Amino acid sequence: MKFKIYRYNPEADNAPYMQDYDLDLQAGDAMLLDALMLLRQQDDSLGFRKSCREGVCGSDAMNINGRNGLACITPLSSLKQPIEIRPLPGLPVIRDLVVDMTQFFKQYHSIKPYLVNNDPPPETERLQSPKDRVELDGLYECILCACCTTSCPSFWWNPDKFVGPAGLLQAYRFLADTRDQDTAARLDNLEDPYRLFRCHTIMNCVDVCPKELNPTEAIGKIKDMMVKRMV
Amino acid sequence: MVNRIVTGAHYGLRDWLAQRVSAVVMAVYVLAMAVWALLQPAFGYDVWTELFSGNLMRSFSLLFLLSLFYHAWVGVRDIVMDYVKPAGVRLLIHVLVILALILYAIWAVQILWGL
Repeated sequence: MKFKIYRYNPEADNAPYMQDYDLDLQAGDAMLLDALMLLRQQDDSLGFRKSCREGVCGSDAMNINGRNGLACITPLSSLKQPIEIRPLPGLPVIRDLVVDMTQFFKQYHSIKPYLVNNDPPPETERLQSPKDRVELDGLYECILCACCTTSCPSFWWNPDKFVGPAGLLQAYRFLADTRDQDTAARLDNLEDPYRLFRCHTIMNCVDVCPKELNPTEAIGKIKDMMVKRMV
Repeated sequence: MVNRIVTGAHYGLRDWLAQRVSAVVMAVYVLAMAVWALLQPAFGYDVWTELFSGNLMRSFSLLFLLSLFYHAWVGVRDIVMDYVKPAGVRLLIHVLVILALILYAIWAVQILWGL
């Protein structure tokens, strides 16, 4: 099984390069992460992040054959060889497949990703009706792997100003939450030509999301809320 | 001045909405023109002058052109926002584009009403 993997160690290399690897492995049911772990046994200098190895933690997001995805839930049998692996695009590379996610999380934090409710806390949980709870489906499942945001050209262009699909999906997750009381401020925070309106609906985010979520739809709903409040 | 990332201009929705509405106006106009053109057995100077002789067609055409100009303004501004980083140059280009589009609008009125 043939691999071409992006290598870059800023302390030793002048420029990034692609390294060829050969692995004696039958694809079978194995995932790409299994292959990467075996490759690391061959070459322990190969750097990548991983943790839960079952698509829940979002650590091993990378660019696989030109498409962002999670190595741990990408079957090797689905990939054309040589399998070309690069770090997530648009973020600074720390080493090999490890990227600096600071900008991504900065944008995520900017949308206040927590419930704002000024009522005195009740004895038990703040309850929701099943109907209200359904509104959060397709939103709360996001694992913040950054596959969507780093496949978005608007984020590549304005990472410091455009919130990006992951952040906007979470922004709508709290706008859609009936327990949240900060709707007006949340909409104010997003009404900006860069923060929200850099999205030109090209839907790369929907295409790559490993959890099959739909940030474009969430962004559309934020715009709908803004229109509703304006007219 | 400190070099900070500043956002929160509190506009964008109106332009986003206007771009959609103007797109609809343009689509209706283009379709209407296409249907009209398909129904004409021949095209000559007289056919065109007759089409544009009524105030209704002139107004509809002006509405189309104004929609086009507003649509173009939002689109060009978005491109400039992506590609031109120094704020001063960006402002200058914005002003020039707005002035050009206003001139086009005046010119369109002159052409349509034969002033």
